[in-house]
Amino acid sequence: MLKSFCIKREWCKGCGICVAFCPTEVLALDAQGKATAVRLEACIACEQCALRCPDLAITMQIAERED
Amino acid sequence: MAIDKYLRERFFPHMWCAGCGHGTVLNALVRAIETMGMSRNEIVMVSGIGCSSRITGYVDVHTLHTLHGRALAFATGVKLSKPELNVIVPMGDGDALAIGGNHFIHAARRNIAITALVMNNRIYGMTGGQYSPLSGCEVLAATAPYTTIDPSFDVVALSVAAGATFVARCTTYHVKEMIDILRQAILHEGFSVVEILSPCPTYFGRSNKLGDAAEMLRGFKEDTVPVGSAAKQKNPELIERGIFVQKEKPEYCAAYEKIMQKARSAAGETI
Repeated sequence: MLKSFCIKREWCKGCGICVAFCPTEVLALDAQGKATAVRLEACIACEQCALRCPDLAITMQIAERED
Repeated sequence: MAIDKYLRERFFPHMWCAGCGHGTVLNALVRAIETMGMSRNEIVMVSGIGCSSRITGYVDVHTLHTLHGRALAFATGVKLSKPELNVIVPMGDGDALAIGGNHFIHAARRNIAITALVMNNRIYGMTGGQYSPLSGCEVLAATAPYTTIDPSFDVVALSVAAGATFVARCTTYHVKEMIDILRQAILHEGFSVVEILSPCPTYFGRSNKLGDAAEMLRGFKEDTVPVGSAAKQKNPELIERGIFVQKEKPEYCAAYEKIMQKARSAAGETI
């Protein structure tokens, strides 16, 4: 479960890798060409964006699921 | 974030182009180090020259930014004098296999416990897109306007033949796999080589009309298969990824220590 999600805008160069590979289309590039979370509620916390980000701009914290 | 402590954040945003795979290698490398809980004090990263070699500027461990192709020679000195340290040498394809080709094969032959990373973007990016020993045939580059005629090295086969005892290949698309391979490579007691396919959208991608960074990563997904996969039998063009060799052989620093002991005792006997 996603606890926190942060994109460092000043580090992001807008390559679009996170946008292209997000399985639930959470991310998009904004008017300045920076990655931004447009529907964070759909995030499944797979971490693919943070792991692939070549700018190390994405950080996320994931909480253990409590069933 | 836990990986922050391994980064020199004051130098960010980094100098690599948008979508450059080298940033993803940095990302995976610090995560691999973080999962092992290594202290910054027990890691030395040594690099040469090129886009890839700028990686040492961004990691907050002991770092040396040395001469083109000679990173492994400097790293050999570091490792021999302080064998207890973990020495990691990130190199580009040109740095490792053209300018540093001799250092590369001889470090492998000695089986010195160094982790050599070949960040393969198939081009010299920093100097404007000249073709490299890993560009391969029939690609466009600044120095090959009518396409290249030089076949590329197979880094895996070359490393195995030269004597490396851990040899693997991964891509910046398969990041979790890369983190796992990097961790095993760093822990390996011997010379380990990890070839990482890393996209250069600015030069290699643009010259060869491979699309943007995401499109180039899709290419890695489509063109690679896990080692030993049946798909490779059907289509030999596919590139295998995974661990090819992982074996034990006498390590160079350990052998050197033994010979030193022998020399000391011989000297003691004569005195």
